[in-house]
Amino acid sequence: MKRELVSPTTFNVLVSKLSDVLVRALDKPLGYAINWGRIWSLWPVHLETACCSVEFGAASGPRYDVERFGIIEAFGSLRMCDLIVVQGTVTRKMAPRLRMVYDQMPEPKYVIAMGACAITGGLYIDSYNVLPGVDGIVPVDVYVPGCPPRPETLIQGTMLLQEKIKRSKIR
Amino acid sequence: MSGENKEQPKKPATPPAKPTAAKPPVPAKPPAPAAAAPPQKKEPEPPAFEKGMTDQIKKRFGDTVNIVFIRPRRIKISVEPRDIVEVATFLRDEMGLDHAESAGGTDYPKDNQIEMMYHLGSYGREDLASHVLMLSTRTGRDDARLPTLINVYKSVEYHERETFEMLGIYFEGHPRNDRFLLPEDWADIPPLRRDFRIKGR
Amino acid sequence: MASLEDKFEESKKLGLQIVRESEDDRLMTLSIGPQHPGSGHFRFTIKVDGDYIVYCDPDPGYVHRGEEKMCEYRNFIQNIPHLERPVIHDSTNITYSYSLAVEEIVGIEVPRRGQYIRALASELNRQVYTLYWLAIYGIFLGHSTMFMWPTGDRELFIDLLEALTGARVTHAYNIPGGVRNDMPEGFKDRAIRQVRYFEKRLKEYEDIFYNMPLFRQRTEQVGVLTKEDAVKLGVTGSVVRASGIPYDIRKAEPYDIYNELDFKVQYMKTGDSFARSYVPFLDMKESCHIIEQLLDKMPQSGEVRAKLQPNPKGPAGEVYRRVESGRGALGFHIVSDGTPKPYRVKMSVGSFRNMLALPFLLVGQRLADMPAIYWSLNYWPVEADR
Repeated sequence: MKRELVSPTTFNVLVSKLSDVLVRALDKPLGYAINWGRIWSLWPVHLETACCSVEFGAASGPRYDVERFGIIEAFGSLRMCDLIVVQGTVTRKMAPRLRMVYDQMPEPKYVIAMGACAITGGLYIDSYNVLPGVDGIVPVDVYVPGCPPRPETLIQGTMLLQEKIKRSKIR
Repeated sequence: MSGENKEQPKKPATPPAKPTAAKPPVPAKPPAPAAAAPPQKKEPEPPAFEKGMTDQIKKRFGDTVNIVFIRPRRIKISVEPRDIVEVATFLRDEMGLDHAESAGGTDYPKDNQIEMMYHLGSYGREDLASHVLMLSTRTGRDDARLPTLINVYKSVEYHERETFEMLGIYFEGHPRNDRFLLPEDWADIPPLRRDFRIKGR
Repeated sequence: MASLEDKFEESKKLGLQIVRESEDDRLMTLSIGPQHPGSGHFRFTIKVDGDYIVYCDPDPGYVHRGEEKMCEYRNFIQNIPHLERPVIHDSTNITYSYSLAVEEIVGIEVPRRGQYIRALASELNRQVYTLYWLAIYGIFLGHSTMFMWPTGDRELFIDLLEALTGARVTHAYNIPGGVRNDMPEGFKDRAIRQVRYFEKRLKEYEDIFYNMPLFRQRTEQVGVLTKEDAVKLGVTGSVVRASGIPYDIRKAEPYDIYNELDFKVQYMKTGDSFARSYVPFLDMKESCHIIEQLLDKMPQSGEVRAKLQPNPKGPAGEVYRRVESGRGALGFHIVSDGTPKPYRVKMSVGSFRNMLALPFLLVGQRLADMPAIYWSLNYWPVEADR
C-alpha cells in the first residue's frame, strides 16, 4: 500500500497540490519579493538605436546616476538582460534586428520607448526609411517623451516601469 | 528716366513701331538703346589666384573643360564624362589637389540629366589649403553611367557607392556598385531623384 | 610562429583528428553588429584567421533617416531642427555650417556680437562632443573611470550651453542670420570659472588615462596611418592631424571671426592610435584658450541676429561652406533655384570620410586591437548615415 501511495503519479499530484497551497499562502510576500528583485536590477541590452543614446549615456554618468536604480549597461550577452530601451529613431534597416534582439531576450522582459521618434516617428515622420513608432514591432511598456528626453525624464520613465512591475502578478 | 529723353532725338522712328503707345515718351522701352546700357549688371572680376588656376587648366585642355564659375576660393569646372579621368589625373598631379573631400550628385529632371560633382581639396600645398575645386560632369537620367574616379582619388569609394544607390548612377570600374545605406530589401526608385516623393508631401 | 602545417603534424602524432575541408575553412566570419557593446549603431563584418583580421567590410545605414531628401521639402529656416540631429551633442557645428551657406545664398551679414557668440557656442560644443568621445573610448578599452569622469565633466559645459540656449543638446541656436538670443547676465564669469576648473581636470585625465602604461601598450604603434595614406584616403579632422598634416579649417579657411583669434593647430606625427586619441585632447586644451579669448574680445553690446524676411530666398546658384567640427570638416553644398526651399542639400561629413580608413587599418591587426582602432577614428555612426 505504501507503494501505491508513493508512486510517480501520486507523487506528482501531491507536489503540485502542495505548491498550489504554498503559492497561495505566499503569493503576496513571495510575489513582492520576486518583484522587488526584478525592479532593482533591470539590465538593459546594449543596443543603441539612434541619437537618444547620447542622453542615455549621459544618464549613466555621475550626475544622473541610473546605476542606483540597478540599470547597469555593461553586458556582452543579451541573454541575461531584461530591459530594452529603444533609444530614438528606428529605421527600416534596424527594425528586423530590433525584433530579433527582443525575441532573444528571456522572459520577463520590458520595453521602454525613449524619445519622440520611438513613440510616433517624431521629427522624421515623413522620411522614407523611418518606422512611425516602435510599438508596431515590440510591445512597449513605458513611453518616455522628449527629443531627446532629459536624463531626469528617463529616470522618471524607469520609475513608472518599476511601479508597473510592482503591480504585476507572478504566475 | 534721363535715358529716355536722350533717346528721343536719336530714334524718331520708334513711336510708330509701337502701335499701342499713343504717347511718344514711352515709359517702357527697355532694350532699344543697346549701346548705352547702364542698368546691365557687370560680373565681378574673377580673383587673380583662381584665374591663374583656371588658365592653367584651360591651357592644358582647351575646350574640353568648361569653367562654370570662379569665386574666391571656389572654382567650378565641368567636363564630359569621357574626359573626367584625364582631367582628374591632371588636377591631382600637376595642380596639387590631392584628395577628394566628397562626391555627390544632383538630379535635374528638367534637363533630363544628373550632375555628379566632386569636391577636390589639397592637404599638401599651403596656398591651396582653403580652396575647393568642384569638378562636375553630367549624364543622362535614363541610362546613367559614369567612369569611376577611384583609381585617381581613392577617397571617393564610398561616396560613389552611395551615389549609386541614392541616384542610380552606375560607375564603371568601381569594385562594388552595391547597397550601402539603404535597407537590403529596398525595392523603390533611387530616393534622391526628384520624382521620388516622400509620403504625404 | 609555427605554421598550420606543422601544428597538424604535431596533433596527428598526438592522435587527434582535425578535419579541414579547404583553405578557406580557416577563416571565421564575425559580424560585429548593431547590438554589441563595442560597436555603436554600426555593423561591420570581419573575417579572422586565428587572431588576425584579414578582411573588413563596414555596413552602415542603420540610422539612415534621409536627411538630404527631407531638406528639399522644408524651407531654409525649417531645416534647422532636423539637420541638428545627426550629431545631437555637437549640433551647433552642423547648424553653423548650414547657416554660413544659407547666409551666402541669401546675402546677409551677421553682426559682430552674433559672430562671437556663435563661435563661443561652437567651441563649447566641441568640448562636449570630445568629452563624450573620450568617455566611450574609455569604456571600449575597459577603463570605466574614464567613462565616468568625462561624462561628469561635460555636464559643466552642458550647463553653460543650457543657460545660453535653453536646451541640453540639440540647441537650435544657430540660424541663418546669427544666433537666436543673447547671452544671459553673469554668463561670462561663470564660463571662465568652469573653463579654469576644466583645465585643471585635463591634467588629471592625462595622469590616469594617457600616461597609463596599459593604455600606451594598447595604442602605441597600433593601426599606423602614414601621411601619404592619410592624404590618399582623404580622412579629416583629428585623424589627419594625427598623421602629421596640420590641417584645421579654422586656420586654413577662417570663417566668421576666427582670423582674429590666436591659437595653434595641434598635430602629431606618428599616426598610430595613440596619436589619434591624443590629438582631440590637445584640441580640448586649445579650445579652452579660445573660449577665454572669445569671452575677452567680445563686443559688449550689439545685435546678435540679422533680420530675415519670413521666407528667405536667394538667387539660383550653389555654395559650398565648411566648418571644423569635432570630427573634421563638415561641409554643406546647397543648390538653390530661387525658391525658399533648397533644391539640393549635400552634407559632407567627417565620419563618412573617416570610415574609409577602417577596413584599411584593421586588416593585419589582431582582433583584440579592434576597439582601440575603431573608436580612435573619431567615427560617429549616426552622422555617417545622415
